[in-house]
Amino acid sequence: MKTPRDLLEIWPVARQLGGADRLGRGAAVKSKGSRERVARTRTADRVVKSVCPYCAVGCGQNVFVSDERVVQIEGDPDAPHSRGRLCPKGSATLQLTTGSSREEHVLYRRPYATEWERLDLDTAMQMIADRVVETRAEGFEWESEEARVRRCMSIAALGGATLDNEENYLIKKLLTGLGVIQVENQARVCHSSTVVGLGTSFGRGASSTLPGDLQNADLIVLQGSNMAEAHPVAFQWVVEAKRRGATIVHIDPHYSRTSALADLFVPIRAGSDIAFLGGVINHVIQNDLDFREYVVNYTNAPTIIGEAFRDVDAEGLFSGFDPGNGEYNPDSWQYEGAYVEAASGQRDQAGHLEGIPPKSGSAEEEVDRGSASLDLTLQHPRCVWQILKRHFASYTPEVVERVTGCDQRTFAEVCRLFVENSGRERTAAFVHGVGWTQHTIGSQYIRCASILQLLLGNMGRPGGGVMAMRGHASIQGSSDIPTLFDTLPGYIPTPHAHAHQDLDSFVLSNAPDKGFWADMRHYVVSLLKAWWGATATAENDYCFDYLPRLTGSHGTYDTVMAQIGGEVKGYFLFGQNPAVGSANNRMQRLGMSKLDWLVVRDFSLIESATWWKDGPEIESGEMRTEDIATEVFFLPAAAHTEKDGTFTNTQRMVQWHHKAVEPRGDQRSDLWFAYHLGRMIRERLADSDDPRDRPLLDLTWDYPCEGPYADPMAAAVLAEINGYDADGTLLSAYTALKDDGSTACGCWIYCGAYADGVNYTARRTPAGEQNWTCPEWTWAWPANRRILYNRASADPEGRPWSERKKLVWWDEAEQKWTGLDTPDFEATKPPSYRPPEGAKGPAAIAGTDPFIMQADGRGWLFAPAGVADGPLPTHYEPQDSPVRNPMYGRQRNPARQLYIHENNRFHPDPGGPGDEVFPFAVTTYRLTEHFTAGGMSRWTPYLAELQPEFFCEVSPELAGERGLTHGDWATLVSARGAIEARVMVTDRMTPLRHGEQVVHTIGMPYHWGPNGYARGDSMNELSSMALDPSSHIQEVKALTVDIRPGRRPRGPARVALVQEYRRRAGITAETGTERRGAAETGVPS
Amino acid sequence: MSESIWSEVRLVPRDSDPATDTGYEDHPPRLGFFTDTSVCIGCKACEVACKEWNGVPEDGLNWTGRSHDNSIGLSGDTWRHVAFIEQRVAVGIDDGGPLGDGGVELVTGPGNFRRGEDESFRWLMSSDVCKHCTNAACLDVCPTGSLFRTEFGTVVVQADICNGCGYCVPACPYGVLNRREDDGRVFKCTLCYDRLQVGQEPACAKACPTDSIHFGELSELRELAGERVQELQDAGVASARLYGHDPADGVGGDGAFFLLLDEPEVYGLPPDPVVTTRDLPAMWRRVAVAGLGLLAAGSLSFVGARRGAQG
Amino acid sequence: MTARRDESGFTSYYGRPIINPPIWEELDIGGYLFLGGLAGSSSIIAAAADLTGRRAMARASRIGASAAISLSLLALIHDLGRPLRFLNMLRVFKPSSPMSVGVWILVGYAPLTFGATASEFLDELPDPMGRVAGVGAGVLGAGVASYTAALVADTAVPAWHGGFRELPFLFVGSAATAGAGLALAASPPGETVPVRRLAVAGACVELVAERLMERSLGMVSETLRTGPAGRKMRVAKALTTLGAAGAALAAGRSRPAAALCGAALVAGSLCTRLGIFEAGMMSARDPKYTVVPQRERLQARQAAEVA
Repeated sequence: MKTPRDLLEIWPVARQLGGADRLGRGAAVKSKGSRERVARTRTADRVVKSVCPYCAVGCGQNVFVSDERVVQIEGDPDAPHSRGRLCPKGSATLQLTTGSSREEHVLYRRPYATEWERLDLDTAMQMIADRVVETRAEGFEWESEEARVRRCMSIAALGGATLDNEENYLIKKLLTGLGVIQVENQARVCHSSTVVGLGTSFGRGASSTLPGDLQNADLIVLQGSNMAEAHPVAFQWVVEAKRRGATIVHIDPHYSRTSALADLFVPIRAGSDIAFLGGVINHVIQNDLDFREYVVNYTNAPTIIGEAFRDVDAEGLFSGFDPGNGEYNPDSWQYEGAYVEAASGQRDQAGHLEGIPPKSGSAEEEVDRGSASLDLTLQHPRCVWQILKRHFASYTPEVVERVTGCDQRTFAEVCRLFVENSGRERTAAFVHGVGWTQHTIGSQYIRCASILQLLLGNMGRPGGGVMAMRGHASIQGSSDIPTLFDTLPGYIPTPHAHAHQDLDSFVLSNAPDKGFWADMRHYVVSLLKAWWGATATAENDYCFDYLPRLTGSHGTYDTVMAQIGGEVKGYFLFGQNPAVGSANNRMQRLGMSKLDWLVVRDFSLIESATWWKDGPEIESGEMRTEDIATEVFFLPAAAHTEKDGTFTNTQRMVQWHHKAVEPRGDQRSDLWFAYHLGRMIRERLADSDDPRDRPLLDLTWDYPCEGPYADPMAAAVLAEINGYDADGTLLSAYTALKDDGSTACGCWIYCGAYADGVNYTARRTPAGEQNWTCPEWTWAWPANRRILYNRASADPEGRPWSERKKLVWWDEAEQKWTGLDTPDFEATKPPSYRPPEGAKGPAAIAGTDPFIMQADGRGWLFAPAGVADGPLPTHYEPQDSPVRNPMYGRQRNPARQLYIHENNRFHPDPGGPGDEVFPFAVTTYRLTEHFTAGGMSRWTPYLAELQPEFFCEVSPELAGERGLTHGDWATLVSARGAIEARVMVTDRMTPLRHGEQVVHTIGMPYHWGPNGYARGDSMNELSSMALDPSSHIQEVKALTVDIRPGRRPRGPARVALVQEYRRRAGITAETGTERRGAAETGVPS
Repeated sequence: MSESIWSEVRLVPRDSDPATDTGYEDHPPRLGFFTDTSVCIGCKACEVACKEWNGVPEDGLNWTGRSHDNSIGLSGDTWRHVAFIEQRVAVGIDDGGPLGDGGVELVTGPGNFRRGEDESFRWLMSSDVCKHCTNAACLDVCPTGSLFRTEFGTVVVQADICNGCGYCVPACPYGVLNRREDDGRVFKCTLCYDRLQVGQEPACAKACPTDSIHFGELSELRELAGERVQELQDAGVASARLYGHDPADGVGGDGAFFLLLDEPEVYGLPPDPVVTTRDLPAMWRRVAVAGLGLLAAGSLSFVGARRGAQG
Repeated sequence: MTARRDESGFTSYYGRPIINPPIWEELDIGGYLFLGGLAGSSSIIAAAADLTGRRAMARASRIGASAAISLSLLALIHDLGRPLRFLNMLRVFKPSSPMSVGVWILVGYAPLTFGATASEFLDELPDPMGRVAGVGAGVLGAGVASYTAALVADTAVPAWHGGFRELPFLFVGSAATAGAGLALAASPPGETVPVRRLAVAGACVELVAERLMERSLGMVSETLRTGPAGRKMRVAKALTTLGAAGAALAAGRSRPAAALCGAALVAGSLCTRLGIFEAGMMSARDPKYTVVPQRERLQARQAAEVA
């Protein structure tokens, strides 16, 4: 019962008169609601440590749970790399995971059906298991071209970069057991060329450093990266460096939010980066501005190349080119008196078993692959230094200006900045993303930056290195534990089909004599033990024969051709959306329309799941839903908050995320899917005595399960990845691996992540309690080293090059390497160590060889092996370019990989007939507000409203020339397709002058597709399947189109428009292929 | 009413301690935002983090073509708004001079891209928010006490009180508040009042990747801002200036203030905002005079008027 | 799109308004301004008429006041986003909020007005009571008729705030003409001398105040002179002038003329209020009315500092 006094208290007027707030503007008028509300972060039952599921920065997240519901997700302040911050996507994670746009139930489309129907999860799983068994039986082959292959070519899978390492591991393991080799993921289309470029240059195909190290840089050059937009939280370290006085340079065809924060923005034409960097390299070499002591001791500059090698000729060809098949035989690039294997890239192709070339010269070299002969004076005409000098001599400022459109004054300024910010006291860092990788010569872009960083002595040092910004939560992990066709876990090459190849000959042909790759046999045998357990014995070569074999390229684009060709019948999509994200969407859909069955695992109904009912070919009438036989299973996936597991971020950091809640409805983790699908398939074949089923039935496939859905324990899978010895003890380092079958290890470079039973990937020591390398935040491969090749941060005697730039050094008293980071070197090997005659493996690495994975312990300025299109980067124009190559006879990369198909036509040569039809350059990029092909952003309202529509960016000059109006529509046409976009007229796009020619560039984000909440045409309707030969990555960062005002035609008229353009340009099967009578085949040529 | 109340109504900034002025005896220090637009990367994390935390509804797909701004402006459904301004500026005017001897216009900060003969291009981005004024017109005019001053010196709309009279909407000199149409009430930034109460920073400041949004004690933020603007001036960014930091300005200083790189109106901010209630005493006086005048005129007009006569 | 300054040097953010225009409906709030004035002045007239024994005029004005204030209360509530929460207005008393002050005045005014009017019909009620209520209503009526000037002036709307010195006079002038107009039209000619005087006085005050307001508004006065607001203001001036002139010269002679003049005065007052309302909306929608005066003020201050 309230007294009048209470009532007065409740009435603010009374409180006004009584209290200090006489005017009733504060204390007196505070409401009940205001008094009682408490922040839900405070009332949450628990806080779960997690990792952002979007890009590869891997920001730490705190997931707040109340009543078994996620009520808030925000940044984890303890995380040293993200410092509690999240970008708009990370900030929208709550809506992504708990919002209404996620499907909760299995959907099934019967052959020829026009609509989805519901299906219960178990039935769907049983049906999928049946399909796999059936399709595999039809498509299994034992031999191909007289070589044993033991594989299944009728099933393929795509996706993995958004999944956990454990999930990728089980998928790869199961599919390999099934004999499926066509396993691919986003890593192929995003950064495969980075792996080749960095791997061949330094020994490991991953970023050499971490974003947090950028704060130590004196110069940061962002090129081929839109870091502020694609990786906003990592960009905080660039801002930090700028505050500390570093100079920031952004070199890009498109002025982005990254450019806005740079000190200098340098616009260059898309596809001209090698010319630009080549120019800088030339400037450094011609003027002896390199870090000579570093170059002589740590790179292969002094190494003498064999006599057979020929510099690139006027055509643009090195020695060893076969015009017939358009491929190089790299043998002539080899060292004199030695034969070295690449640590990455092209391996086991030629089958050097037959292979180790006969050496000219003295007999003792025959016993091994010899050791390279050096000229420390760098004078020998065939030493790498001189070859390099000759090769880049033609990359003069004039040529740079002509090719890139960058005026010579600005170019000179960039050169000055590089030189002044390198050396003992200062360091410069490169940041690159897919702006460099997605080219028909992508691997060489990365090589070019690697060469410059080696010349300037910036590798392995604080504020130096090449920071590869990767784009998916675990795309680094899905490269390390690859759902990729050409590698096995830990970058072991997948064996190609060679006559009678056994384990020994495989290792012999792939492992170098020197460095840690010499121990390849330890890694391979341990992997085989992890997969086939007790069955794998010395007698049966550890089941090496169980591994399916490659016969050339089996990348995702080969898979598309194989689908169209009818060889691939079944297809899994794990969180990847090729109908938007892969080059030439039309080819992707045509391929899928030829499938017997398709399994899509995702959050929402992405374009790759619904093309059969609403794809552009349906709209145009080229396809009728009723005629499409493909059976489609849509299985809703669990989110990262609904499962345990690890993501590997862009700095090789393997971070455990804990399950916060159970998924809803039919949503399940991919770990659950892979494990139970495998179990069901194995049950079906349990009694089989067909030898083709042995690899599947002998797989170690007994993971403990937990929870209401019987989820396999991710920790158990991680433990297998980490490796264990004969008595099951978890191993602490890959150096403990043996080749006698006494150790098992699912991925040798991850050995130590679960050392001695401690899950180091879940270790979260707050940033404040450790140095800036943050060695105690989770775990990084290899061996928790944060900055790779850090031995190079010290001089040959082991002393830091300078106090300012010290990182790792030799402690004379302790007789071991020490410093801020885990030494990327044998801890007790003194700088003075010189390998004894005939030493092999790690023992053959001298105390002064920082690149311990390399066959000669040195950074490769010149790549004698591993890169398919030449030992040195050479400027070729993109497949479709508005500019004639002014440097060489060859317009395009002579070794590039093309697919000749009616729906994958190329554009005419510039300067040739029809070149005026597609006159404008195009480059593509990400927006902060969206994610890749849109599956995790176009369905998320808070993100969709920030960038609701697809648009193209054009300069006022181009808008004037083509009559384009800001805010209106434009139609963009290529030989592949026609799309429409809103016109954004902006000074951020600028015309560039190349000699007499002015080139206009059009910028386009590639996130949109016809499904979801924010919809639009997909940019990749325009792109073509033309690949980099070393990495099989597509060229989508530089192409050409025509643009015209107005919306695109609808229905059949859309196709007619493209046909009309082709006719006008006189496009045939030969166009752009430099080949007469090119056949209409799916065979890459 | 007594003169003493008028002096209070006049809202003369005394110690820019609004919490004390509004009846909080011992209260925490005044909290606020300092938004340093020179490091804003226009990522809009602040917009999303704000909506996620406060459950602000998504308010429609509307591609504006205004650079990357599709949120249009602050409203009941947008409490943080990132502005995007694409500009051409005369080389050397708004940006620092040449750095080094390269002879190239290498400038620190925006304006880093030569576009046209004597112009360089720059792209300004700025995250706008409620200013939490020392003298807040919205709060003064609110007839229900829904808008109130918190113990942190911030200004908050109490959703359980607001009756959507809309008076605060035109009262705000910055155009911050607006009504949520399907709801009828007015909403705006609360500076995450609920988070402040449990010692957590506002969602937008926490998310901000480049620390463009600083949160903290207003006094410290003002110091920090002073240092930062000096730092930029020294680096040659002549256009750097503070906005809303001055307790002597028309609103007694903002609880959320900014470092800008151009004039306020370029960002959609008023160049010299004044709290309307500063003039309210004068208004009341004139209303009183006018009212009494009416009363007098009304009465007097009856004096001496003869009945029935033809006037 | 690249932002460009116009020749005057004025810039804005894509032409977006700087302040948010009022979300008030023109009919609700514009009408409220008018009805408040009509009610207030009618109460004054009614009280005076009652005291001077002008029964017909007293009765008509009391009824007019009650009707006007009822409608205005409805308009006020109708304009709320949450009408059911109208009573929250009585949670606090805020001298810093004209709306709060106004509501509290109405709390006193409305019952008195209704009481006075009721006494016209209910013989049970002794006349003295109706008289007392009527006088009370008349006194508070002055507040009802005038506070609305502060209500609109106490905003960031350039045309309203910029005119805060003149608006109170403009509004009471307009109120006087409205009340007088009603009384004139509704009373026998014999009783109308006072309200004809009042009409003339009110019109003069209104027209002079309006002119002064335009001056002090500077460039913002465009909004009073041009566009829809300008039209309404011109009509208002015409009607008020005619009505007042008619009241002074003709209304005494013929009842129809009185009715006509009365109607003109009431209509004129309505147009004035709607015109002022409209001008405020215009000045809020175009950023230049916010930016240019503030720029000038700023430059003046800087100049002063330099000097």
